[in-house]
Amino acid sequence: MSDVQKSDPGLYDYAAYRGRPKIEWPDGKTCAVWVAPNLEFYELDPAVNPHRKSWPKPHPDVVGYSHRDHANRVSHWRMAEMMTKHGFPGSVSLSVALCDHIPEVVEDAKQRGWEFFSHGIYNTRYSYGMDEAQERAIIEDSIATVERATGQRIRGWLAPALTHTSRTLDLLAEYGMDYTCDLYHDDQPTDVKVKSGQLTAIPYSLEVNDHYGFFIYNMSPREYADTLIRQYDRLAEEGAQSGTVMCIPLHSYLIGQPHRIGPFEAVLEHIAADGRAWITKAGDIVDAFRKQTGGAS
Amino acid sequence: MSLDPSYLDYPKRGRGMDHGYYPYSSLFDRKPVQWPGDKKLMIWPVISLEYFPMVPNDDPFRAPGHMQTAYPDYRHYTAREYGTRIGIYRLLSAFEKVGAKVSVATNSVIAKRYPQLIEDIISGGHEIIAHSTDMNGTIASGLAEADEKALIEGSLTALEKVIGTRPRGWLSIARSQSFNTAKLLAEAGVDYMCDWANDELPYGFQTDTGAITNIPLNHELSDRQIINVQQQSVDSYAQQMTDAADWLLAEAGQYGGRMLPMHLTPYIMGLPYRISSFEKLIAGFAERNDIGFARGDAILDSWKAQR
Repeated sequence: MSDVQKSDPGLYDYAAYRGRPKIEWPDGKTCAVWVAPNLEFYELDPAVNPHRKSWPKPHPDVVGYSHRDHANRVSHWRMAEMMTKHGFPGSVSLSVALCDHIPEVVEDAKQRGWEFFSHGIYNTRYSYGMDEAQERAIIEDSIATVERATGQRIRGWLAPALTHTSRTLDLLAEYGMDYTCDLYHDDQPTDVKVKSGQLTAIPYSLEVNDHYGFFIYNMSPREYADTLIRQYDRLAEEGAQSGTVMCIPLHSYLIGQPHRIGPFEAVLEHIAADGRAWITKAGDIVDAFRKQTGGAS
Repeated sequence: MSLDPSYLDYPKRGRGMDHGYYPYSSLFDRKPVQWPGDKKLMIWPVISLEYFPMVPNDDPFRAPGHMQTAYPDYRHYTAREYGTRIGIYRLLSAFEKVGAKVSVATNSVIAKRYPQLIEDIISGGHEIIAHSTDMNGTIASGLAEADEKALIEGSLTALEKVIGTRPRGWLSIARSQSFNTAKLLAEAGVDYMCDWANDELPYGFQTDTGAITNIPLNHELSDRQIINVQQQSVDSYAQQMTDAADWLLAEAGQYGGRMLPMHLTPYIMGLPYRISSFEKLIAGFAERNDIGFARGDAILDSWKAQR
């Protein structure tokens, strides 16, 4: 069944931006801002998925691997400290095997009060081609691993390296997850059509993702900081009509480089000082949304 | 296509890294490093000195910056040669002006082809590190171990013959290694390599034939990445290096000495319209008492003595 390819995946009904019911965030804030650090582990010599290469170069891809390993040795600590300094909690997109490999980083995020959701087992293992049993296995592995390491029951999912099957969203809802970060159709949360339960698509973002900023749009660090500020200013303004969501998706090996972290600080300062931002975590945004829309949860 | 059941096996899932080269370590948990002269930030300039044969080799891969048109590709051949004739001298002069000694990652054929240039580098007090044989000397898995060993040995021996001492450092083309590279470098007596970009200070790297140190040469902060790949201006490059230095200096106050690698390419940074901005950048660094410049071997020796 899941092998049938549909031209319209039927994820949600069309809803025009004009004339929507007003979403209100706590304390009259107009824009819910959440920061999503991707805490990842990439394998040096991963098993091969026939649908996607793990690394552009033959293994070992030294630059690719070591660049990402910079996250856990150096840049996570820099990024996390700055977020805490300015009052931004993280909602972590987690390669759950990081709990096994480098528990220091996961523990640090936990101590800071961050929320965890799954980003697969490794960011070098893809869902393409998985059968249902395999997909259930990585969901169950994610739930159990994060619960063991942090005591938290994960509520959300960002597919590993953004690789999906057409049954993924139904399975997430079946397992009681509340949100997906994989759909990019809106600046407000949307309930997704699933076979059972309830699943909310929370706005994540590729457009202002640091990976896109630096490697798709080739921005300088200061241009990227300016982009985030413009994104926020606009969403905070429009959110007076109906509350908006802004996600700042980060990879510490990018944003935590020494030439980028300083300029990035201006973004957090700007948003923290503005007064219109509800600076919070993904789960809180989904809860507030459902409370107002009468969600079934 | 469905996936083999073994795709969900994770044989290396456990404490630490998924290989035995180095253990996990956070930069912020280490004993603070103190640089000579009480410098808080040591800038490590590395200039790549490259010779591109006009007949490129794609095995195992074609080096970045190599020939692009049908033969004869005069435009790229000569534009790269501009670097070894003009650009390198602009960079050397810039560093002389501020009294900085640098590492020059040199294709070994340069020693044979342009001995005067090598003499100028050595007499200027700079360090030569090995950078393969020429820009056809790329390394990746697929290259036979015996061939890789011969390539490394050939590069080191040819450079040693001209400069009189064996290079202590190694930079692979495009920082690309096979699973054998670190082992072969350790076996060949190389003290440090610059290929792994996962840290901001030197760290020990274990191989089957002994230990070697990796001094991370940040690829993101190279002129190639910022100016050629990301297409930013030299002024933006200078701003980014300044922002990096400011950040690291602030960190050094709390965590100990920091290092800022500065990877340069003569045919990129050594152009007339870029060099003044670069000169201004390093003059600014040189004016600050808490910033120093050092060769890779000096950074290595200082770091090792404190372990």
